[in-house]
Amino acid sequence: MNPLSGFGTLLYKELLRFWKVAFQTVAAPVLTTLLYLLIFSHVMQGRAPVYGEVPYAAFLVPGLVMMAVLQNAFANSSSSLIQSKVTGNIIFVLLPPLSHWEFFAAYVLASVVRGMAVGAGVLLVSLAFVGLSFEHPLWIIAFALAGSAILGTLGLIAGIWADKFDQVAAFQSFLIMPLTFLSGVFYSIHSLPAFWQDLSRFNPFFYMIDGFRYGFFGVSDIDPALSLAVALANLLVFTAVTLALLRRGYKLRF
Amino acid sequence: MIPAIQIQQVHKRFGSVQALCGIDLEVAQGEFFGLLGPNGAGKTTVINILAGLARADSGSVRVLGHDVVTQYRESRRALGVVPQELVFDPFFSVRETLRFQSGYFGLGRNDAWIDEVMHHLDLTGKAGANMRSLSGGMKRRVLVAQALVHKPPVIVLDEPTAGVDVELRQGLWEFVRGLNRDGHTIVLTTHYLEEAEAMCARIAMLKQGRVVALDTTSNLINRRDSLYLKLRIGGAALPPALAERVRDSAEGTHTLRLRSHAELESVLAQVREAGAQIEELELLQPDLEDVFVQIMRDAKG
Repeated sequence: MNPLSGFGTLLYKELLRFWKVAFQTVAAPVLTTLLYLLIFSHVMQGRAPVYGEVPYAAFLVPGLVMMAVLQNAFANSSSSLIQSKVTGNIIFVLLPPLSHWEFFAAYVLASVVRGMAVGAGVLLVSLAFVGLSFEHPLWIIAFALAGSAILGTLGLIAGIWADKFDQVAAFQSFLIMPLTFLSGVFYSIHSLPAFWQDLSRFNPFFYMIDGFRYGFFGVSDIDPALSLAVALANLLVFTAVTLALLRRGYKLRF
Repeated sequence: MIPAIQIQQVHKRFGSVQALCGIDLEVAQGEFFGLLGPNGAGKTTVINILAGLARADSGSVRVLGHDVVTQYRESRRALGVVPQELVFDPFFSVRETLRFQSGYFGLGRNDAWIDEVMHHLDLTGKAGANMRSLSGGMKRRVLVAQALVHKPPVIVLDEPTAGVDVELRQGLWEFVRGLNRDGHTIVLTTHYLEEAEAMCARIAMLKQGRVVALDTTSNLINRRDSLYLKLRIGGAALPPALAERVRDSAEGTHTLRLRSHAELESVLAQVREAGAQIEELELLQPDLEDVFVQIMRDAKG
């Protein structure tokens, strides 16, 4: 008996789950984000100060890519878990001898893959419309991985905590979306009044997007090393919380 | 030999409801054990705690000697559970479902066994079908297959024939009996007392979280130590002296309680003296249903 295959199977199943409905889970978010790009770049060009010479559309793309990564990573684990809980088939992953580490890793990794897949899709399609630079590609990948892992973990927490679909939706609408939209996806925080600028620095998502953008333009508000450290610290905290919830069987094992 | 299942002083509370109040049960390896009780008695709670789907507040539960909390890997590997509800994952086909289940238990290449199980449960034709497209009976069979992919020595079935047609019920009974003959320990919960009587060698009866009876099936039945006489008479009413023996009457047929075969003669004599004719007569052996009802009534909590 190969103990690793428990984790491997759950990971494979979670990947297959979103891949089977790729239209909904990958193609649709790519299209939606493309619409944001086309509309916002058209409307905002020349009106919002961003990074000096950088055209608004080019500035916008990394923000949109990251937004797609974060939202889809969150959606993957949260929707999978709440669906399983509501329909009852969660018991099939609770009955086997899977440890909470395996459970955690499978769901989060699948979310990372989904987040990266959608992000890559958005990026590729955007390249057809906007010229981009890739100054520090390794930072791009690092922040994309960190971001999708964090949101995959948050999605797991949301899925564990929620009893109904609309509680997951509330988590998404009242927590994830505001944090995402107010993190500098559509604007540089320099365009905000001082108070809001400072407040933005308390938003963990800001660091992810700022660092991610650094990978493209070589320019950022915060030192990318610091941003990555903040992101990893967040990941550590959320991971610890999730593992504690899983170990206790909170809302999964009564 | 290590018991298949050991449940010691298990208590479980859900909010304000005390679901289990000090349950003590032991099931030997290779047994065919029945867990009976009215709705809300705690049967599913016991199963959930066994399977790790719930955690007892106190007490200890072991499967083949492995504690279900501290040694969950070994205990879960030894246990197969067929749940009561027809749950399934609508994204996958039958074969995918069984492959995943195998994989979760650490069995990478299990197709040969999966094929065999599907064959025994008459699912081969539906191997590629999406779970959503199956009838209730087929979904039930897939649930049984899912519980068997890792060849667990202990198998628990929670009301497996609820709402199932006669043919499938007979098929499942035969199949489960076969598993027991092969050495698997079977724990069955059911509301069909004829099923429990036919299949289980030993039975525990739960009421409101307590074990109110625990004995072999034959002992439980013989405990009642009464026979029943089904009688339809014409020409006169049933003599009042016999009224206290009546368990129930339906469409003119009375079911009378007898303490032994010897009483048969006197009952028939009383009927004759009342001037009635016997139109129909049947002598019934005691059954588990009567025992169950009596025990439940006596165990008023």
